[in-house]
Amino acid sequence: MADKEGPPHPGVAQYVEIGVILAVLTGIEVSMYIFRDALSRAITTPTLLVLTAMKFLLVVLWFMHLRFDHKMFRRVFFFGVVLATVVFGIVGANFYLGGIGF
Amino acid sequence: MTAIAGKQRTRPQPRRIYARPVATTGFWSWFTTIDHKRIGILYGVTATTFFVIGGIEALLIRTQLVAPNGQILDENLYNQIFTMHGLTMIFFAVMPLSSAFFNYLLPLMIGAKDVAFPRLNAFSYWVFLASGLFLYSSIFFSGMPDGGWFNYAPLNFFGPDPGGLHSGSTQAAAQIHQARMLYYSLGLQIAGIASLASAVNFIVTILNMRAPGMTLMRMPVFVWMTFVTSFLLLFAMPVIAIALWQLMLQVRYGAPFFDPGAGGDPILWQHMFWLFGHPEVYILILPAFGIVSEIIPTFARKPIFGYAAMVFAGIAIGFLGWGVWAHHMFTVGLGPVANTAFSLTTMLIAVPTGVKIFNWIGTLWGGHLRFRTPMLFAIGLVGMFTIGGLSGVTHAVVPHDTQQQDTYYIVAHFHYVLFGGAIFGLFGGLYYWWPKIFGWMLDDRIGKVHFWLMLIGFNLAFGPMHILGLHGMPRRIWRYDAGMGWDLWNLVSTIGAFVIAASIVIFFANVAISRSRRIEAGNDPWDARTLEWLTTSPPPADNFKEVPVVASRDELWHRKYAGEDGTQPVRVPAGAAQNHDDHDDHDGHGEHHPLPSYYPTITALGMPIAAYGMFFEGPGQIILLTIGAAVMLFGIFGWVFEPSAE
Amino acid sequence: MAAEIHAAQPESHATTLGVSNEKLGMWVFIGSECLFFGAMIATYLLYVGRANDGPTPRTIFDIPFTSVSTFILLMSSLGMVLALAAVQAGDMRRFRVWILATALLGGTFLSGQFYEFTVFVAEGMKLETSPFTSAFFMLTSFHGLHVAIGILMLVSLWAASMGGRITEQRSEVVENVGLYWHFVDIVWILIFTVIYLIPVG
Repeated sequence: MADKEGPPHPGVAQYVEIGVILAVLTGIEVSMYIFRDALSRAITTPTLLVLTAMKFLLVVLWFMHLRFDHKMFRRVFFFGVVLATVVFGIVGANFYLGGIGF
Repeated sequence: MTAIAGKQRTRPQPRRIYARPVATTGFWSWFTTIDHKRIGILYGVTATTFFVIGGIEALLIRTQLVAPNGQILDENLYNQIFTMHGLTMIFFAVMPLSSAFFNYLLPLMIGAKDVAFPRLNAFSYWVFLASGLFLYSSIFFSGMPDGGWFNYAPLNFFGPDPGGLHSGSTQAAAQIHQARMLYYSLGLQIAGIASLASAVNFIVTILNMRAPGMTLMRMPVFVWMTFVTSFLLLFAMPVIAIALWQLMLQVRYGAPFFDPGAGGDPILWQHMFWLFGHPEVYILILPAFGIVSEIIPTFARKPIFGYAAMVFAGIAIGFLGWGVWAHHMFTVGLGPVANTAFSLTTMLIAVPTGVKIFNWIGTLWGGHLRFRTPMLFAIGLVGMFTIGGLSGVTHAVVPHDTQQQDTYYIVAHFHYVLFGGAIFGLFGGLYYWWPKIFGWMLDDRIGKVHFWLMLIGFNLAFGPMHILGLHGMPRRIWRYDAGMGWDLWNLVSTIGAFVIAASIVIFFANVAISRSRRIEAGNDPWDARTLEWLTTSPPPADNFKEVPVVASRDELWHRKYAGEDGTQPVRVPAGAAQNHDDHDDHDGHGEHHPLPSYYPTITALGMPIAAYGMFFEGPGQIILLTIGAAVMLFGIFGWVFEPSAE
Repeated sequence: MAAEIHAAQPESHATTLGVSNEKLGMWVFIGSECLFFGAMIATYLLYVGRANDGPTPRTIFDIPFTSVSTFILLMSSLGMVLALAAVQAGDMRRFRVWILATALLGGTFLSGQFYEFTVFVAEGMKLETSPFTSAFFMLTSFHGLHVAIGILMLVSLWAASMGGRITEQRSEVVENVGLYWHFVDIVWILIFTVIYLIPVG
């Protein structure tokens, strides 16, 4: 009912699989914290961001079914994500890099 | 409005606490209506009332400033009046008046029976009304918000009188200020919810409820402008919501978001506010652009010049509008990189705006022009908005803006675009669609008097402000000394304001006189181009006797003048099953008629109750918050479990 | 019974895009929520270094504790999709189990948040202590409020199912509530990294 014919609809097995992957990714994230003294920020921060992005996409594309649904949903959602990132990125950049901040 | 036919129920009713309202006529039916046309009328009447109130506030301002050392208002009252003038005109007049047109026209123009979520639509109206009443209730308590509509930090948490000179003590001053800021932040929060709900509603309606054959590029330009405006609302309202929550937490609980003394940054408020505030000005003008894009083709008997360019220019304005917000902050110290970047983007956004101006002129060019009242207002918008746009381009030049910032030059600019633009467009829309909405015509000669008086008064009121600004008169001052060289133009400006007021009186006289004469309008009094003129004036409860099948842009025009018979079968957009419209007229099984409901109104009521709770401490606060939340939850649960149609 | 199903069905007539109004509406709303949470996350990132001699992320956060509650919330998303799969397969019993499990996991997360906040306050971290604390509490409290509303919806779905109002044909409401729930989870995925892990690491 939720979708028509098209790419295969994930079944229970696949959902559990994704759940396991999410748990593993979280575990890796936490280990970035556990080993924070051994690893430099140059490694932990990008790794954390990449892992977070992967978790984000797994939930959005599979659990929220965006991969299989009408493209309008994708457009509206990613427009919001990109807009938020860009405008607040500009504010952040100006705070930390420009102007006569505090 | 006729009562809905087909009340015979062949199925058992769902469990309910009390009977669902069914009346669609009569006084009380207005409280439970979910019909987009009635909701549009509610918005229109309420917005016009607030417009008059905002206008009275303007007259008070202008009377205070007519001559040096004005004695009409003291600084405390002046600050409240000019703040409320801005808030009223923006949030309670122009936005809801635009909403009135969206509500009334959108389904008609796309051949739908109503919007996607009729009860949510009603909810939006009642929430809007609640927010206006809530904000104005401040008159009876602490006094109205007084920090300007933009309410900059640190003034917004220190208040204008931290030393308590006016209020007798620092505690009294702090309390008054805190209360005024709560009215501001909570009132606008509530208003924001109304707008957000409307935005979701209209976006879904436009994407998902078009008549067969109505592709996106066949929609009237007004519908496109509604679409872009709704997206702007959708993404801008959350940002101001955060800013307002931060302000409330700062003022009420001392959270140091904007207090530099505690590590906060007042510039954060400006960023948050203008990230909302700039898209907001496009929210204010795009509906009027859409209105004018419908009026001019009708009265030039030509299709809009460059339809695709008009659509894409509107979309471009929507996009670029997110990239210019810091042009309100050129003098704040963002640094040369930011200033330059925003200066460029601001100049860039003049391009799609200019495209629209040229295309309206292109529509007029070579057309068979009829200068009826709606056309006069539309042409008025084109002229006055151009002037305002040009002063806007001068603001884009950073060194020039440094001179203009916080002077009356800015006041001139935004009144040219908002009054000369939005208000003229909205009045044009009122004259144009009045016959469709009410079934009778507004008098055209009186309308012309209204227009000319308004045009003259408007230019007298705001033209001189350019000069005043360049001569150094600051904004937001409650009086000025003699000998500044500002006396003459302030006098002229005040005269202009009263001429505007006279023109508004003439508008209301027009309504009264025309109503008593009641000249029947018929379906299509202007010989227009779009689908709303296909149906009766006023339209029946579900808009069209048969859902129209659309074969082209300006569908109505082609039906009237195409020469060949009717519509050809068209490729229907994916998902819109053609066979369904055969069943549309059958009552009962194939069609669900949305029914009136108490729940949107009830849910809306919970919000101001909860909001008043924030003024109290301890048990009083808990009680009011609980009651407000309970009312909302009751309304929401009732709404969710009540079928939308039966 | 059939009448109630028919009467309460989301509008089943044809739509231009071929998707339901309610589902489209939920995605559109979620789009706006990106800006809502984005603004709060941005504020936090601007203020994370402004601690006013008070608690800082390094001194106050209990990452192991928060990791556990993060894991719990993540698993609640799994519960949600399993609930949806159940209702789409017509298995109402399994649906009710999973929807309740989702709500319980969410409730556990929320209790963890509440506990975490009481510890912070006891250790001298209040809303008004510094810009860092204000930004932190505002963001996590609004997220918690969203979780609470989600739990309310999940339990309502459970109750509706007990009353026979949710069926295989009328399952889209579950999907829409699921979209909201997953979104709230995604926001936490971001928060955990950006608010907790990166500042502390």
